[in-house]
Amino acid sequence: MKRKFRPMEAVMRLVFFICGFIAIAFVLFISVYLIISGLPAIREIGLREFLFGTEWASTASEPKFGILPFILTSVYGTCGAIILGVPVGFMTAVFLAKIAPPKLAAVVRPAVDLLAGIPSVVYGLIGMMVLVPAVREAFDLPDGASLFCAIIVLAVMILPSIISVSETALKAVPPEYEEASLALGATHIETVFRVSVPASSSGIAAAVVLGIGRAIGEAMAIIMVSGNVANMPSLFASVRFLTTAVSSEMAYASGLQRQALYSIALVLFVFIMIINVVLNTLLKRKKE
Amino acid sequence: MIEMKPLSGRRRAYDRILRFLLYFCAALTCALLVAIIGYIFVRGLPHVTWDFLTTAPSYIHDTIGILPNILNTIYIVVVTLIIILPLGVGAAVYLTEYAKNQKLVAAIEFATETLTGIPSIIFGLVGMLFFCEKLGLQASLLAGSLTLVLATIPTIIRTTQESLKTVPQSYREAALGLGAGKWHMIRTVVLPSSIDGIVTGCILSIGRIVGESAALLFTAGMGMSLNNFFSSASNFIHSSGASLTVALYVYARERGEFDVAFAIAAILMLLTLAINLAASLVGRKLKK
Repeated sequence: MKRKFRPMEAVMRLVFFICGFIAIAFVLFISVYLIISGLPAIREIGLREFLFGTEWASTASEPKFGILPFILTSVYGTCGAIILGVPVGFMTAVFLAKIAPPKLAAVVRPAVDLLAGIPSVVYGLIGMMVLVPAVREAFDLPDGASLFCAIIVLAVMILPSIISVSETALKAVPPEYEEASLALGATHIETVFRVSVPASSSGIAAAVVLGIGRAIGEAMAIIMVSGNVANMPSLFASVRFLTTAVSSEMAYASGLQRQALYSIALVLFVFIMIINVVLNTLLKRKKE
Repeated sequence: MIEMKPLSGRRRAYDRILRFLLYFCAALTCALLVAIIGYIFVRGLPHVTWDFLTTAPSYIHDTIGILPNILNTIYIVVVTLIIILPLGVGAAVYLTEYAKNQKLVAAIEFATETLTGIPSIIFGLVGMLFFCEKLGLQASLLAGSLTLVLATIPTIIRTTQESLKTVPQSYREAALGLGAGKWHMIRTVVLPSSIDGIVTGCILSIGRIVGESAALLFTAGMGMSLNNFFSSASNFIHSSGASLTVALYVYARERGEFDVAFAIAAILMLLTLAINLAASLVGRKLKK
């Protein structure tokens, strides 16, 4: 039987082919655009001056563009959020995957999804209206908006990602492992922590890396609670992150100052790309 | 009967402590959610009145209404969905039905993952540079929607891909065996049986778009007045204004109108609840 030539088939094949490449095209587009816009200011300021300069005075008569304060704030803020958020998220994931009776899990899981769906400005608003005044009272500070508040808000915001990725990893542990451990006389809890958790360690590592990515990229919630002054980071000082540095001056910046903001975005993008590659490797290892 | 030795004191303590920590962390996660939702509703719902929802802000009467922001949000959701739906579904179809080269599929999936990990502030910056400045759209709802296309397309691609994979191979073989071309088979067999997954993808994308703020801040504008976007083509392209999230940010941070901010937050929470409920209902149907 001879196949009839169908022009529509050929056209649609081409259309789907083009659609398939859209994600690659978007990533390339964003990377190229950020590099092109970010490089001029770095070249003018000097890479070393830019990355390791400790002073950011973009509107001074002799402007200084050192973004070390932002880099360190982002790193400290992310570490803090991970230290607070990972244990809670991890334990909740273990609870959901291994301990909770199905009916209880059916209540907790939607709650976690809901936590993930709350817009970041809502987190920011609560942080600004509840957390910041509370921190000011508790630590007797002139202003509560600080790195500390940002860390707490970030820790809550990364919880859902950590929980759902770790839970998936824990559930993928083959039941034979656990049955063997139980048969050898280990208690349920011992089995979970000495067998299931080590067996799903790369999935849990992926959850942590995902949390790092979320925390380092968050902007709107922390701009509302971190005070937004370009200080070197300290726990109760008003600070600025890489993300908030971009958004807080973009509205009025021009010339070199504006280009420097693009360069900050480029630095942030490099961080994110590294995290993405690590995450992808971890998830792939899990599959194998 | 095998005689069971009672657990040693140390093992019993280990068991008890970890079990307590597991329950404690799960309870903490749920308590956080309840506290956030409760606080937002208590502070926000009393200010949500019919006039608040159905009027624009008026300097003459000194009242604030959020109708413009509601309409702007709907505009952005509709325009973004119209663009990402065909593109995203097309990309998923290419990945599951056409692509033969595994390396290519891996590259596309990596790009999709990468796109998911890019922070919205970066999308916002690139959107501002490209759509607003290069293409001359200025800060407009259209530019905001196009920016969100970049950010939300992975959601549609991934959920559609998942549900295309669940379509039994025998359906495809039957259609092809009857002499259908590939496109004909996709149109009449594959897509109709994965419609639930596509709907879930749309709902999740709506959730993402409604909650998005950093990507819209510099691309869609911060205006609070009523747009008439459908009255003419130029209005459609050039209308600009704040979405609900951006309005929350502006009212809370720049105008000190905290009651308004909480009222918007309450509305955003209700929307998030509705979207999560809808997604889980469709998801449950999908599992059956």
